[in-house]
Amino acid sequence: MPKDLTQELPKTILLDHGSGGLASQELISSLFIRHLDNRILSAMEDSAVIDNQPGRIAFTTDSYVVDPIFFPGGDIGTLAVHGTINDLAMRGARPIGLSLALILEEGLPLADLERIILSIRDATLASGVPILTGDTKVVPRGKADKIFINTSGIGLVAEDVNITSINARAGDKIILSGSMGDHGITIMTRRAGIALDGNLRSDSMALHTLVQRLLTGLPAGTVHTLRDPTRGGVATTLCEIAGSCGLHIEIEENLIPVRPEVRAACEILGLDPLYLANEGKCLAMVAPEYADQALALFHSCPEGAEAAIIGTLSSGTNDAKSSLSGASRRVTLKTSIGGTRVITPLHGAPLPRIC
Amino acid sequence: MKYVDEFRDPVLTGHLLRELAATTAAIARPLRIMEVCGTHTMAIFRSGLRALLPPEIELISGPGCPICVTSAGHIDTFLEMAELPGARLAVFGDLFRVPGSKGRTLADARARGAKIDVVYSPTDALDLARQNPDELMIFPGIGFETTTPTIAATILTASQQNIDNFVVFSTHKTMLPPLMALLGDPSLGLDGLLCPGHVSTIIGASAYLPLTAANHLACVVSGFEPTDILQALILMARQIKENRAEVENAYTRAVNWECNARAKAMVDTIFEPADMEWRGLGVIPGSGLAIQERFARFDAQPRLSLVVPDTKEPAGCLCGQILKGITTPPHCPLFGRRCTPANPIGPCMVSSEGTCSAWFAYGNEK
Repeated sequence: MPKDLTQELPKTILLDHGSGGLASQELISSLFIRHLDNRILSAMEDSAVIDNQPGRIAFTTDSYVVDPIFFPGGDIGTLAVHGTINDLAMRGARPIGLSLALILEEGLPLADLERIILSIRDATLASGVPILTGDTKVVPRGKADKIFINTSGIGLVAEDVNITSINARAGDKIILSGSMGDHGITIMTRRAGIALDGNLRSDSMALHTLVQRLLTGLPAGTVHTLRDPTRGGVATTLCEIAGSCGLHIEIEENLIPVRPEVRAACEILGLDPLYLANEGKCLAMVAPEYADQALALFHSCPEGAEAAIIGTLSSGTNDAKSSLSGASRRVTLKTSIGGTRVITPLHGAPLPRIC
Repeated sequence: MKYVDEFRDPVLTGHLLRELAATTAAIARPLRIMEVCGTHTMAIFRSGLRALLPPEIELISGPGCPICVTSAGHIDTFLEMAELPGARLAVFGDLFRVPGSKGRTLADARARGAKIDVVYSPTDALDLARQNPDELMIFPGIGFETTTPTIAATILTASQQNIDNFVVFSTHKTMLPPLMALLGDPSLGLDGLLCPGHVSTIIGASAYLPLTAANHLACVVSGFEPTDILQALILMARQIKENRAEVENAYTRAVNWECNARAKAMVDTIFEPADMEWRGLGVIPGSGLAIQERFARFDAQPRLSLVVPDTKEPAGCLCGQILKGITTPPHCPLFGRRCTPANPIGPCMVSSEGTCSAWFAYGNEK
């Protein structure tokens, strides 16, 4: 029978909880181990030792400082699990485990910390990717903002899988796994204190199951590139891919799924959903002859139920002058009225406009 | 999305484009049309309309981006206010990265410890004043007729509720005086003016009558969706073809012929006309709004004894000429090289609605 935590510990985080002494031990055992228990973590050794596994190792790290820490559709804990899993998945890796490092601000309500740890537990259980090692530090009030989280992740890449931005090829179809902008607009409206009700919620979710389904369902070497369009949005990610593979990317505005509530909020705030962050979406560059099959595989998973083919890669224009000027590495958008415009990477944080 | 998709209908857009092309082809000479408002500049690029317009139409961006026309001296003053002890600034987001005369921005000031909040409405600034009674909440008032009424209403609320730690630094501007000044220059060779839809919801379409009379200029008030803009351009091309110079309203779902009397009354309660410095245009008599004497306790300038410094434009920056429609961004030696949205030198690159920012973001094929 787990003990009632609130009777065991003071109601806020104190500097003592990061001292490495008794209070630290108490926090670790009554909160972290209690909720995130597994054989390797509970051993509480200085590092996790993972049994020998076949394949190449993918290794990634990411820090999470989102404000607000709780938002519709998730919280900083779900992001820390999903974001790092997704970074592994985008190289075609099967995630094995995560590290979890917390930097807590003195005075953080313990109830908030427990809520985040419970989210992390739920996200790790649902994804099947455990926390294998962890660390906690507490800093004086004002030296951090409530809670910062770093997660690192390791995963295994099968021998016949080679997914990178450089691999994208002319003719590839671009599949977006679902609607864009949900996370970015949810955070931005909350942060700006703009009370836009409706169904705005973050799309925070893990994509490794979807990716494994895609890779096992298609012949090896037909999925060339996978990227998750987080900060900077679909626009910036596509620009990065175009830069890496040296190809021209053309997408069509009418084909890109955007929820009506996200579109409406963007219209009001003067924002472009192409530049808003996503936390549960991926872009896939797939050989054209397998694009329909890939789309069907996306649709067979809940994470990809709303996937759509949004564009194509090409070797660019035949006009020698434009290819010399770098036009072949450009991203262009065919607008809903049939015009064309160039897509450039995000510069600075998106800010709402005044009129 | 209702009320948006109808106005981005590709079939209707196609019909309107053909109608416009037929009209401009019949005129058989280039048409120089100024879109006054930054939102128009952006909408024309963003929708891809710029690439679809008939070759005869030459669009020139005007002085209607409120961030772009805020003088470097005013930005320097905002920076000075941000660093006053006990002060907290609440600003519209677009102001955050605008450089002052020495290249410093409010973003820099915040990184060095100044208390600056980005707000979406002046009423949010008033809420912050209530929540932080020990600090003086300063709101840099920027913008044209569209933003002024809400700021006037906020000052009135502060007065009624006796909130003493809230002040506004007014750099508010009105649209007609600079247009009168600009259009007086015949070298501009303008045929028509695409009048700003948002500002017109407040001042009414009839406000442009003096412009048509004095300059023989076709004036059409336009909305911001592709079909709105095309309808306005068709009306304008017909006027030019028939040598008429009239005010027409192509944005009747939002703009009336007469002004919004309630908004005007609110502005007249708090503000009075004043001379105002415009970036690139200099001081234009009667083109600004100052807070009236009886509300002086909400006026940052006398309350903080601020003197706006005389400043020079950054060397090489052509924002002044771009705002006047004399030149376009690719002709500026700084454009896209030293001056980018990530590191803007002139104000036209900072605001997402600035002419340089639009050209940079959306390409410059045409």
